[in-house]
Amino acid sequence: MKAFAALLERLVFTPARSTKLALLRDWIATQPDPDRGIGLAAITGELSFSTAKAGLIRALAAERTDPVLFAWSYDYVGDLAETVSLIWPARAGVNAAPPSLAAVAEALATAAKADLPGLVAGWLDALDASSRVALLKLITGGLRVGVSARLAKVALAEHFARPVDEIEEAWPAVDPPYLPLFRWLEGAGPQPRAADAPVLRPLMLANPLEEGELAVLDPASYRAEWKWDGIRVQLVATRLGQRIWSRGGEDITRAFPEVAGAMEGLHAVLDGELLVIRNGVVAPFSDLQQRLNRKSVGPKLLRDYPCAVRLYDILFEGEEDLRGLPFDARRARLEAWIDRFRPERMDLSALVPFASWDELSRLRDGAREAAIEGLMLKRADSPYLAGRPKGPWFKWKRDPLTIDAVLMYAQRGHGKRSSFYSDYTFGLWRADGELVPVGKAYFGFTDQELAWLDRWIRNNTVNRFGPVREVEKALVLEIAFDAAQLSTRHKSGVALRFPRISRIRSDKPAAEADALDTLLRLVENRPDRPSGSAVAVREGAWPRRST
Amino acid sequence: MRPHPETWLKVTPGGLWCEPADLFIDPARAVPRAVVTHAHSDHARPGHGAVLATAETLALMTRRLGEGRAGETQQALGYGEPIDVNGVRITLRPAGHVLGSAQVVLEWQGSRAVVSGDYTPRPQATCATFEPVPCDVFVTEATFALPVFRHPPAEGEIARLLHSLYVFPERTHVVGVYALGKCQRVVSLLRASGYDAPIYLHGALPPMTEIYRSFGQDFGDLRPATVANKEALKGAIVLAPPGAIQDRWARRLNDPVVALASGWMRVRQRAKSRGVELPLVISDHADWDELNATIDAVGAPEVWVTHGREEALIHACAQRGVRGRALHLIGRGEEDEATEEAA
Repeated sequence: MKAFAALLERLVFTPARSTKLALLRDWIATQPDPDRGIGLAAITGELSFSTAKAGLIRALAAERTDPVLFAWSYDYVGDLAETVSLIWPARAGVNAAPPSLAAVAEALATAAKADLPGLVAGWLDALDASSRVALLKLITGGLRVGVSARLAKVALAEHFARPVDEIEEAWPAVDPPYLPLFRWLEGAGPQPRAADAPVLRPLMLANPLEEGELAVLDPASYRAEWKWDGIRVQLVATRLGQRIWSRGGEDITRAFPEVAGAMEGLHAVLDGELLVIRNGVVAPFSDLQQRLNRKSVGPKLLRDYPCAVRLYDILFEGEEDLRGLPFDARRARLEAWIDRFRPERMDLSALVPFASWDELSRLRDGAREAAIEGLMLKRADSPYLAGRPKGPWFKWKRDPLTIDAVLMYAQRGHGKRSSFYSDYTFGLWRADGELVPVGKAYFGFTDQELAWLDRWIRNNTVNRFGPVREVEKALVLEIAFDAAQLSTRHKSGVALRFPRISRIRSDKPAAEADALDTLLRLVENRPDRPSGSAVAVREGAWPRRST
Repeated sequence: MRPHPETWLKVTPGGLWCEPADLFIDPARAVPRAVVTHAHSDHARPGHGAVLATAETLALMTRRLGEGRAGETQQALGYGEPIDVNGVRITLRPAGHVLGSAQVVLEWQGSRAVVSGDYTPRPQATCATFEPVPCDVFVTEATFALPVFRHPPAEGEIARLLHSLYVFPERTHVVGVYALGKCQRVVSLLRASGYDAPIYLHGALPPMTEIYRSFGQDFGDLRPATVANKEALKGAIVLAPPGAIQDRWARRLNDPVVALASGWMRVRQRAKSRGVELPLVISDHADWDELNATIDAVGAPEVWVTHGREEALIHACAQRGVRGRALHLIGRGEEDEATEEAA
């Protein structure tokens, strides 16, 4: 328990992914089974106990502590599990050995509800403060250490020097404490396999199209599709279940029950873009954002932000692996599959016909619809390959929009950037002469530019609010962004998609920065905006979903 | 009938004033006569006329405030050597807080008050160990006076720092420490644990450390972190004031693990909001159990609380029939870890 507590403590305070990985590798290397696997399951949220809840812990604390001191302490600390673990009075004469992680997990899973208070109190007596907080977080299920199942798999892959995809494949076949998995990784057993488990297959990714690259490519051997601005997903439906995997390998099935529901009864592995689609029209990314990073969703969100998947590719049909087929052949299989099953909440990503790069370039420039990021180019003969091979697939993003904004506030960054003011809030001029914030950017600059900005901010601070500095309204930043959307969450009423610093305009007086009206004219989902200016796909090139 | 200490030891805007001796203890502003418990700047202010303190405190004070600013005249008093000032007997007893820190024992007409300053009952290698003195009024701090503050053994915290060095051998471990007391304590704990590699110090730390050395303490190989190159600091332990560990100064370090040694690190949220990656609960103040045990040990029927979480300590006193009184001293807790900002 003590080692687990120490791991949790480090993870809680560590923002950096690389550090978290190092800590997990150390855990995997040093802990005995079954603690090793139980610890991994606990921090990735694969272990949960429903019997012990916050009420029980509060009641235990009330029995042992002065109510006034407890109330003041809770006020000060602000977290129940932490308050109880810190305030828990040592009991004279207790010399029980602290329980192991495995013993705690076993007992929590099997104990009768009535026995829990005595059991938990006994553990609290035997543990030190940092182990107590680990125990209480474990039983209330609020570890919150920022470690996903994927990260744990990556740590396993790194420690045992195996490809993470192999671990991903084996994972569904094992349960905590994952003993067969460790046996396999240590070379003492076969790879655990769950036949037909809905596991993630490695995705194929595209490279950005570099300037001038088009000149050497033959337009006839490439296919073009719109690059939709949602999140890339892999849908896996087998007889054993359905999973929606994010590009990063996170299982996001539970956050999108309507899509998962539509996958029932199907048997395929599909590649596509998860989007909010209303009446066949793709909503801006800000709508999809309402649905992201949730464990579960309520009926209101399901109604207001209905999700669907626009399909790009098919990797498996039934048990048949199609990944070796050329793109054109897979495309034909995908179209036929859609035709045959007519799945709900899925439609086909249309091909954009073109004869020359010039023509395609004009189509791309015309695409100002908020939900389109640009174009994808895929070689007609390309098999579906893992990773980001150079050549077969390109993403050709449309040119960003830019505005000249005035720096208003700067905030310290995190991790490596914690000594730098690296998060910038910028604003535009309203007609009445007030500067209103329109967004925040924290990338786009070089290290030298960051150092320059940091110095400028320190020398031009007019106010400090904790980690935030308000600066002289004197520095103009050219902000690049992919789209502007109406938003009620911002004072200015506008939200920017992917804002980044494209240039520091120290040559430009702040008074000459852009007006808010200029930005408002670029807004995509403005009700009064004539729809005729939107991209051609709206009128015709885009096939309505076949129903 | 013995006079109650409140008739001769009074709270004034300048601080705690002993009327018959006409002297202040740790006054917040310049006064003609001051007894100074220890050299932290919220206790040792500049510009007094005559200053009475331990030789160590006088040396530390003088180095911090500058020659001539730490009292026009200074008188050193050893622990346990009483002197008489207008019929008031004054004795200094170790407070265990930092080098030279003392409790001031005041006795007048058979009544005794102890002004403890800041104190730590558990022994430390870098200063004389706290001695409880039975008294009629015990004047105490209450920096960590909530039952959530229980400092674990400092050796265990040092072990966590060393384990981190083992897991991240390439990364510089920068530990935020207060210049007077915490710095020397952390070095001493590291040495006691067997760590004998060079320890690198931010430029603000050597002056106080030199005074410790002049009183015979040995810290092994200490090197300046300011001139050492980045390569040498790889995998090294660097000590720096809390304000520097995440500011521009820290950029010279190699992918640092940011640690902070303070009693406040007990509470996760405090550590998180400061961006500390490795909180080390090492304090030079009494924790909750130690505050209460000390109050029991001195057996005073009345306890005066200078600064910190007075209400909780007074509540705990009341439960065992000890009268508690909050003094609300001005300007206290502005330096060292008594303030959350500093550490």
